Amino acid sequence: MKIRVELPANLCRLAHVAPLVELEAGEQPTQRSMMEALEAKLPALQGTVRDHTTQLRRPYLRFFACNEDISHQDIDQHLPEAVASGNEPLLIVGAVSGG
Amino acid sequence: MSRVRLLVGTRKGAFVLESDGTRKDWTVSGPHFAGWEVYHLKASPLNPDRIYASQTSAWFGQVVQRSDDGGKTWAAAGNKFLYEGVAGTHQWYDGTPHPWEFKRVWHLEPSLFDPEVVFAGAEDAALFRSTDGAASWTELAGLRKHGSGPNWAPGAGGMCLHTIVQDPSDARRMFIAISAAGAFRTDDGGETWKAINQGLRSQHIPDPNAEVGHCVHHIAMHPSRPQTLFMQKHWDVMRTDNAGDQWSEVSGNLPTDFGFVIDVHAHEPETVYVVPIKSDSEHFPMDGALRVYRSRGGGNEWEALTAGLPQKDCYVNVLRDAMSVDSLDKCGVYFGTTGGQVYASADGGDSWNAIVRDLPAVLSVEAQTLA
Repeated sequence: MKIRVELPANLCRLAHVAPLVELEAGEQPTQRSMMEALEAKLPALQGTVRDHTTQLRRPYLRFFACNEDISHQDIDQHLPEAVASGNEPLLIVGAVSGG
Repeated sequence: MSRVRLLVGTRKGAFVLESDGTRKDWTVSGPHFAGWEVYHLKASPLNPDRIYASQTSAWFGQVVQRSDDGGKTWAAAGNKFLYEGVAGTHQWYDGTPHPWEFKRVWHLEPSLFDPEVVFAGAEDAALFRSTDGAASWTELAGLRKHGSGPNWAPGAGGMCLHTIVQDPSDARRMFIAISAAGAFRTDDGGETWKAINQGLRSQHIPDPNAEVGHCVHHIAMHPSRPQTLFMQKHWDVMRTDNAGDQWSEVSGNLPTDFGFVIDVHAHEPETVYVVPIKSDSEHFPMDGALRVYRSRGGGNEWEALTAGLPQKDCYVNVLRDAMSVDSLDKCGVYFGTTGGQVYASADGGDSWNAIVRDLPAVLSVEAQTLA
């Protein structure tokens, strides 16, 4: 089963892809398996969504699924069924920059 | 006919400017990596079309880009900068221990001796080396593990290793500078390092003459005189003639000796350029007048260069990596401002003109002289 992940514009330009990417993230995908699959498919994004040292999501990024902020869920918790089945995308969203 | 290429890093992308040897008309390409901060770009002196760029973002971390066609196309290279072993702590602003955390690359320095070798100066302060054209990186941990490391503290811009100067006569000797730790030298290819801050005096630290803790802003060397270095410190312009073992102040008649950039004329080892900035709390030129100062005698006696530069209502800054020289005859001198101008002089500083005026804030300028 493939999941769909929507990337912010800066990462699309970096990886030379359209915003919506499809990933094989395992039978029961999690945030961790999603990030691993993303980096495997698009090596240019290694270290940009999660920190190389901590392996954790970067602090100015959030993960949204099914209209909910799942950023602070356990990294190994299963993603919502609608995301795991590919019906709903997981959104990677950067903090809004004002000023 | 020779050409000049300028590599310009800005707050919102990179730009490549090119001109023929007259340096009158310039083409501008970019922004490359639009929207990202590009702290520094620099080309290999052994392969001028090999250019490295440090692309960074508070959101997405560090990316290193590499071009092998003079900046026309780019590909993401390695960005895995891992400190060797237990990272340990340095001092935080309040004096408490703070873990070493990688944030970004401030400066990329391609080797003078091997086209596949490039060095990266990082925040939090560390020196990394790649031997495969930036595909992978290894820390030269002897620097960070210099006994004084736990006492290093960040300057206002972070604890950054921002200056890397290679000795063209000795591949094993290199100089680096860290804000706000000071200058260091290796004589064994980066295995071990010596603090070279004797003679620096910094009033903002408890012991003004301490071994480390000095906010060095930039260091420049003329390749024919690798024992002589010029330094723009937070305050004070300094020089050494024994590879950093002892420094002496050469601020002389400068109207203020605060500033960031310093560079040396390509053909005159005693001709030095600085851009005095009013103070550390007012990061703009004195009296709203942008003036480059030139010394033809290695410091102490300075002359203001103003022709073509704004002499009123100018409140830009010129950051530490934002000045460079070409090696044409006459020597070209270039600098970029936080107001987005890149100024060029094709006559060693006697006259200036803005070759671009409205870029994002300029972080770095590197000039390449191409055959």
